[in-house]
Amino acid sequence: MKRNVSLVAAVMAAALTLSACGYNTIPTLQEQAKARWSDVQNQYQRRADLIPNLVATVQGYAAQEKNVLTAVVEARAKATQIKIDASQLTDPEKLKAFQDAQNQLTGALGRLLAVSENYPDLKSNANFLALQSQLEGTENRIAVARRDYIEAVRTYNTALRTFPTVIWAKTAFAGEKPMAEFTASEGAEKPPQVKF
Amino acid sequence: MIGVAFGKPRGGVADIAARGRRQRPRRAVAGRGRPASLGSRITMWLAAPIAFCIAAPAFALFFPQLTGRVVDQAGVMSAASRSAVEAKAKELEDKSGIQLVVATVKSLQDSDVETYANGLFRFWRLGEAKKNNGVLLLVAPAEHKVRIEVGYGLEGTLTDALASVIITSAIVPRFKANDYSGGIERGVDGIISVLTTDAAEWHRKVNVRSESPSDDFNKLFPILFFLLVLFIVIYLIRHADGSSTGRRRGMIFPPYGGSWGGGGGFSDGGGGGFGGGFFGGGGSSGGGGASGSW
Repeated sequence: MKRNVSLVAAVMAAALTLSACGYNTIPTLQEQAKARWSDVQNQYQRRADLIPNLVATVQGYAAQEKNVLTAVVEARAKATQIKIDASQLTDPEKLKAFQDAQNQLTGALGRLLAVSENYPDLKSNANFLALQSQLEGTENRIAVARRDYIEAVRTYNTALRTFPTVIWAKTAFAGEKPMAEFTASEGAEKPPQVKF
Repeated sequence: MIGVAFGKPRGGVADIAARGRRQRPRRAVAGRGRPASLGSRITMWLAAPIAFCIAAPAFALFFPQLTGRVVDQAGVMSAASRSAVEAKAKELEDKSGIQLVVATVKSLQDSDVETYANGLFRFWRLGEAKKNNGVLLLVAPAEHKVRIEVGYGLEGTLTDALASVIITSAIVPRFKANDYSGGIERGVDGIISVLTTDAAEWHRKVNVRSESPSDDFNKLFPILFFLLVLFIVIYLIRHADGSSTGRRRGMIFPPYGGSWGGGGGFSDGGGGGFGGGFFGGGGSSGGGGASGSW
């Protein structure tokens, strides 16, 4: 009985000490960063989902802009092929490939919207206007999701290298590598300007 | 005016560090006259710089205080329309729990209106923590920008397209004529009518709201349970062996209990603040809504 009691006490004391010293910090922050990543991916997916509708609408008014339209469709196909699941986030190469593909789509979309400026009928089409505002909103959500992800990764990577959590990073979580951040490329941070 | 770390994650290392600081006075009590233990002091001193580093903003924006449902920092609204908008927003919140706040700012501080609106929304934590049902109408007269920022929970109702329609049809034409009060009032009317016309949604929200009292208990339950277990253990130790070692162990334990009591902040500090003043309820936004300019 005596022994049992002191054993229970020791276990409880150990548990308290561990949680007080930040044993939980690393897994918690890692999960947060992963969740932020899935937000990023969701928002990009949401943008990709808007595109077929947008292309179809533009085609109705500006079928002769074939080059721009096919560029968007191709860039979309490419971008949706690259998916990164949470366990691959430590690989900067993968993240870069994802980012490049998405940036290409951003560029193609920007050209499509610029071209649409030349078609007054298209510009006043209610469907097009709705799609445009949705696209604009999605670009903004992407920017927010990216910012949140970068912030979460920064916090996590900091925890891996700073005291006291570095103790756990080097022992219990020795396998955990820092996650890759987005290299914010110029222009990709800001949503494309859409003028009415 | 208060400066904040922009996009600071909730419940991060900074939180843990803050907990470390908070628990100091409790420790002193638990230690019965003894000074705070060396360990807690070291933690405190180490935690403070970490908290500071985390909080050090990548780019800092200064936001006005949330003083009411209308924060007219730029001073462009008439007193009458101010109180009219406040009354409408209050009625909306009483009926549906949706927190609608109107803000006019002197300057966007060189950031774009989307970034500023999102930062301000998160700084004020509009909407309830679990439902994220807040809406912010931000007007920047100096930059000629306006934005409706929508909380996560309302993105389905007040969609980007609808927000954009409200801005272009109700707000911007009046702003162009320098009628800020009129534009804001019409914009608020538009937002409220979009948020309240979907009857099915409305009923669902009312139902969800009535369940909320149990939330407090759910939050407290783990803490109560833990304290109970702790008391049982201490009781067992004290009574199982009455020898001198047992007594000493018994003395060692209270500081641990105290330390955990300090960690009561494990439940998120969110919670609705609808007491005396006007506070955000802990909601967040992921950048939904629309912007416009004139």
